[in-house]
Amino acid sequence: MDFAIEPLAEDALLLRFGDAIDATLNARVHGAARAIRAANLPGIVDVAPAYATLLVRFDSRFRGVDALPEAITKVLHDAFSRDHASGATTLAGSPAQHAEIPVCYGGGFGPDLDAIAQRAGATPGEVAARHAAAEYTVAMLGFAPGFAYLLGMDPALHAPRRAHPRTRVPAGSVAIGGAQTGIYPRELPGGWNLIGRTPLALFDPDREPPCLLAPGDRVRFRAISEDEFRRLAERGA
Amino acid sequence: MEVIKPGLLTTFQDAGRPGYAHLGIGRSGAFDASARRIANALCGNRDEACALEITLSGPCLRVRDATCIAVTGAPVPFRIDDVERPMWAPVQVPSGATIELGAMRTGCRSYLAVRGGFDVAPVLGSRSVDVNAKLGPHAGRALRAGDVLPLATSGAAGDVHARGTWWIDPRPWSTLDSRQPLRLLPGRHLDALAAASRESLFSEAFRVHPDSNRTGLRLDGPSLELAHVEMTSEGCVPGVLQLPPSGQPIAFGPECPVSGGYPRIGQIAAVDLPRLAQLRPGDALRFMPCTFPEALHALRERGRTLEALLASIAARLAP
Repeated sequence: MDFAIEPLAEDALLLRFGDAIDATLNARVHGAARAIRAANLPGIVDVAPAYATLLVRFDSRFRGVDALPEAITKVLHDAFSRDHASGATTLAGSPAQHAEIPVCYGGGFGPDLDAIAQRAGATPGEVAARHAAAEYTVAMLGFAPGFAYLLGMDPALHAPRRAHPRTRVPAGSVAIGGAQTGIYPRELPGGWNLIGRTPLALFDPDREPPCLLAPGDRVRFRAISEDEFRRLAERGA
Repeated sequence: MEVIKPGLLTTFQDAGRPGYAHLGIGRSGAFDASARRIANALCGNRDEACALEITLSGPCLRVRDATCIAVTGAPVPFRIDDVERPMWAPVQVPSGATIELGAMRTGCRSYLAVRGGFDVAPVLGSRSVDVNAKLGPHAGRALRAGDVLPLATSGAAGDVHARGTWWIDPRPWSTLDSRQPLRLLPGRHLDALAAASRESLFSEAFRVHPDSNRTGLRLDGPSLELAHVEMTSEGCVPGVLQLPPSGQPIAFGPECPVSGGYPRIGQIAAVDLPRLAQLRPGDALRFMPCTFPEALHALRERGRTLEALLASIAARLAP
């Protein structure tokens, strides 16, 4: 498997698998993250995937850290040869979690759905159906706690960010930004196009795990009515 | 302990919240980490106890029961019941007394530790406030007037009473001399800088922009030109020197995002992060090139000196 290890800081390495937003590349990053976590190398504190890179932070006081790049290389090569022997090529063989996110599309919850539909030359209902038809992968989390960047959206739904970002995007908003879709875990400023809202709490620091979605998870959206939204929201879904 | 006046930005900070970067959650934690640790040690606290991080202008606090506190970091006028008290020392506070921290004239961040620590519930393993993420005690906000800060009644070691007056030499821990450059490790895109810009990065002075905070310090100075680089959002840590299209770099602090999409021209050596923490808007700073082996060596040396100091403080407090 092709990757480079770059020193980022005294206590951080960046494993680089490429430079693009690409599903295969991203799957490799998640595979590497799982292999490194499973290897339980002493001193490692954080293993955080991005699109094409993996951040590894360690305790720089730990004596063995000078040997970490070597140890990580060995772990990944071993994992990759195992994968290779079984016919896989991406180091993505380990099972991912599946999540279903109920979304009430359009209306007050998705004020930009009509504009997206117009762009795509489709009806708002068709856009919602297409958005809910795909299976997505959590490429990475960032921007705010629990904010998941999802890959796998129908290219017809791609839409540039808004020229004027909103200062307040409500929690649970499901949105489109470029080729990606995502869910705002709490009220935040944001420039993505809002197409719907989920009643689920994406982030709750008092819950274990605090985030509904983790890197590498598979996600599907299910269209729900406003009534169902209210019922789920009341149940504290 | 009751907050009479909160100061400009006063937050609970401990060593931070590691282990959650993959969920988009940064570490936060004290910006000047060594100053926080020394303040704790002077009160006989465990290293992980949380302290108050005070920014530019300090709070006014009233204690109910007698205790002991220590103030470290940037020099700040420090009075108890209108009597000036020393920083970098364990200081007795009588019951009902008022602690007043004034405005800093140099430096940016001071730390106040109290014996036993503040008894606030950790969030995701840490009592550090992350203002951006709204995480930590008080739902991740700074202190407000009227807040009552619960103090832990146990968990401190040693005897801070009846030891006479003593303090430690703050000089190794509060270098505010801006002529002394910050050590800068090469970032991935350093070589993409135009030759003249790379020269300016290490030869000219930058100034801290007023719009700077714990997320990052915006630096005014020579405009830096970078060749176009293809990149996607990738992992980010405190100390990263990022170059947005404006050409004015940003030096990331403890509340920086866990990922960033702008080119990375450098990484401030960890040993110099406490000095970055003490730069205030308008302050000048310079960079000097540094290698990873040099930075690691300096960091370990510094770590040993700090551990030795903490041990000597603990020995001094030992009954």
